[in-house]
Amino acid sequence: MSKVLIKGNEAVVRGALLAGCKNFFGYPITPASEIAETAAYYFPLLGGTFLQAESELGAINMVYGAASSTSRCMTASSSPGMSLKMEGISYIAGAELPCVIVDIMRGGPGLGNIAPEQADYNQVVKGGGHGNYSLITLAPNSAQEMCDLTMLAFELSDKYRNPAVVLADGIIGQMMEPVEFPEPVQRIPDRPWALKGTADSHNLICSIQLEPDRLEEHNLALQAKYKKLAENEIRYEAIQCDDAEYILIGYGIVSRILHGVMEQLRAEGIKAGLFRPITLFPFPTPQFEDFAKDKNVKSLFVSELSAGQMVDDVRLAVNGRKPVNLHTRMGGNVPTVKEIVEKFKESI
Amino acid sequence: MKTTVLQKPASFYDEFVLKGGSQLQSTHYCPGCGHGILHKLIAEAISDLDIQDRTVLISPVGCSVFAYYYFDVGNIQAAHGRAPAVATGYKRSNPDSIMISYQGDGDLAAIGANEILQAANRGEQMTVFFVNNAIYGMTGGQMAPTTLIGQKSTTTPRGRTMQNEGYPLRMSEIIATLEAPVYVERVMLTDPKNIARARKAVRKALKIQIDKKGFSFVEVLSACPTGWKMTSIDSKKWITDVLSKYFVPGVKKDDSEDRDPVITLHPDPHFEEYHELLDIKSLSDKIKGVKLPAIKEMVDEIKIAGFGGQGVLSMGYALANITMGHNYKVSWLPSYGPEMRGGTANCSVKVSDKRIGSPMIDNPTVLVAMNKPSLNKFADLVQPGGVILYDSGLIDTPPARDDVTVIGIPATDEADKLGSTKAANMVMLGAYAKIRSYLSQDYVLQALPQIIKKKSFHKLNEDAFLRGMKLIK
Repeated sequence: MSKVLIKGNEAVVRGALLAGCKNFFGYPITPASEIAETAAYYFPLLGGTFLQAESELGAINMVYGAASSTSRCMTASSSPGMSLKMEGISYIAGAELPCVIVDIMRGGPGLGNIAPEQADYNQVVKGGGHGNYSLITLAPNSAQEMCDLTMLAFELSDKYRNPAVVLADGIIGQMMEPVEFPEPVQRIPDRPWALKGTADSHNLICSIQLEPDRLEEHNLALQAKYKKLAENEIRYEAIQCDDAEYILIGYGIVSRILHGVMEQLRAEGIKAGLFRPITLFPFPTPQFEDFAKDKNVKSLFVSELSAGQMVDDVRLAVNGRKPVNLHTRMGGNVPTVKEIVEKFKESI
Repeated sequence: MKTTVLQKPASFYDEFVLKGGSQLQSTHYCPGCGHGILHKLIAEAISDLDIQDRTVLISPVGCSVFAYYYFDVGNIQAAHGRAPAVATGYKRSNPDSIMISYQGDGDLAAIGANEILQAANRGEQMTVFFVNNAIYGMTGGQMAPTTLIGQKSTTTPRGRTMQNEGYPLRMSEIIATLEAPVYVERVMLTDPKNIARARKAVRKALKIQIDKKGFSFVEVLSACPTGWKMTSIDSKKWITDVLSKYFVPGVKKDDSEDRDPVITLHPDPHFEEYHELLDIKSLSDKIKGVKLPAIKEMVDEIKIAGFGGQGVLSMGYALANITMGHNYKVSWLPSYGPEMRGGTANCSVKVSDKRIGSPMIDNPTVLVAMNKPSLNKFADLVQPGGVILYDSGLIDTPPARDDVTVIGIPATDEADKLGSTKAANMVMLGAYAKIRSYLSQDYVLQALPQIIKKKSFHKLNEDAFLRGMKLIK
């Protein structure tokens, strides 16, 4: 395997192409533009299509069209662009089409700024568009995972016929780290439901069901699929949680900072562990239930670059059985290790 | 004697099962509506042109949202106004398909005005059938972007006024002004003569796509007796007497004879070539005969800062690559977000034998300051026992720290002597390598030309690096 020092945003594109992605439709936005720029360079080289769409709406609807074919496709954006894409995402989720959407989160609300935030959690994980749908949501915390989780997103997306989001922040996108790239995926799964332009594929891609009974049935089928995802696809990383009295919780860049926090607390003799959800949907609820039941665990400490969005899911899972403390930063500010250590100590 | 059997075209389903209900032979359209006629013209053309299996029809939002009930082809139902974008996406993925974007006036000229303009302007290989009935039929007779001045609708109860709603949009004329579209015509479904004209236009528009010539657009003035609150006969008369006076039928653009087929050839590299095409190449593979020193237990947190253009980011990039090549864990983070102020640039490089937590550096162990603002900004943050390297040619006052090693390096002056100011960063890199002494000089000298590829810099960077090393006693 070749190891290359590379930006997270560029690792996404290479991961996508190694996963067999053929079509990229995007619209420029900081801090996700390198994804489109890198895609513009490499997709045509591998026989794929790169198209800069007229708008985020255009891009996501091009994805809707391309996802109805037998090829893998993707788009990438950042928070304000994601807001615009939500209509199309709802249709794609309703029509059960596989595709990958990369969101390099930035500060909001509104135009906000281009600095890192994690305030798209609710929009992406809880669904920013209309209707009862969920998106497979993967949260990388390194350049390596920007490649690996993009590839996984394509795999899960096809497996479950569901859009998948790689939810990262500006730092994970901008940072360079060594990445080992795997060999390309040579065959993507068959899509018997897709439009192939053949006599036996006069299929219908749609999200409309006029009859309430049929639409309810469709909704129930979607919910059953999400349950299956929850049963089979939860991914997380737990570091030194086995003997931990305090569980530090964060995803993306925050988990990297919490790693430093954990090391410092351990050095001071405080038994801290780090728990990092990798799948935000499906959320690692069973693991939090285990922490809630664990006699060793005194409290949980969540840190987020938002007003506190993921913490709701942690609290639902813990269900009042253990204190869940929270330290957040917003507006593009990122906490230091020292700052979190202090806040943590105040919390216990 | 020749007999002609009149029957439903094969591109229609025999029974409209998806529609449901008891009337599986009839459509959901109202009596007198133009959609049924246009559907038939399209279905006949699809069959006659032998494109049924590769046709993908996009149903819009509006009365024709259920076009997929009827056409026995590949069907996609799209969001309101987005059909041209959806068609673009599918067509790019499957260029041999025949894309039909079937849209109404609200869908195409209001909520989807951008999508249609942009698809037309790109010359997407698709055929658009634009049904203009000057009203929103499906939602119950509201104003359309094509509703005439004075025309009453449920949202213009006193009639449309130009003061409040502006003028009706002539989409064919707008599309015809664009360079890319091949063929634009407006027809009307009023009488056999005009329906025959429409039939011809439908076929021509599809043929252009079959011939891969590009984008074609047929606007169809179509009756909506229900929305207009008229009889079918009056509706057709109203199209002839009123609607077609504002939306004048005819060919608005026809370049079909002059256009050549547009065929995009896509390369099809073998999977074995992917890594090379994606520039996934290991730096160390290119470096020969170097015995790397054993890995030290260490964490070095290096902040490199200066003006934009002084090469601080590339110095960090080179250092990160070199340390990666020495099998250390490493991260490189450019100044980003709120840190970017006042035209200065900086980057953070962390090097460790162990897994790296945060890539951000609060308190550097090494500060490389290439200008005074950077020194002022970061000098106090350096960890006690750390190192500050500053460009003593550009910074007149050394930092007042007695708990760190402070070394002035005239990096810019030395680089100038070697031939280019731009190599100042490599002088600093040499100084850093000498002070920290965990990197192989042979490796660095072989690696630098691989990292900073510009040929004119190869010799210069090598000289600058060696010069930097020498400056440390």
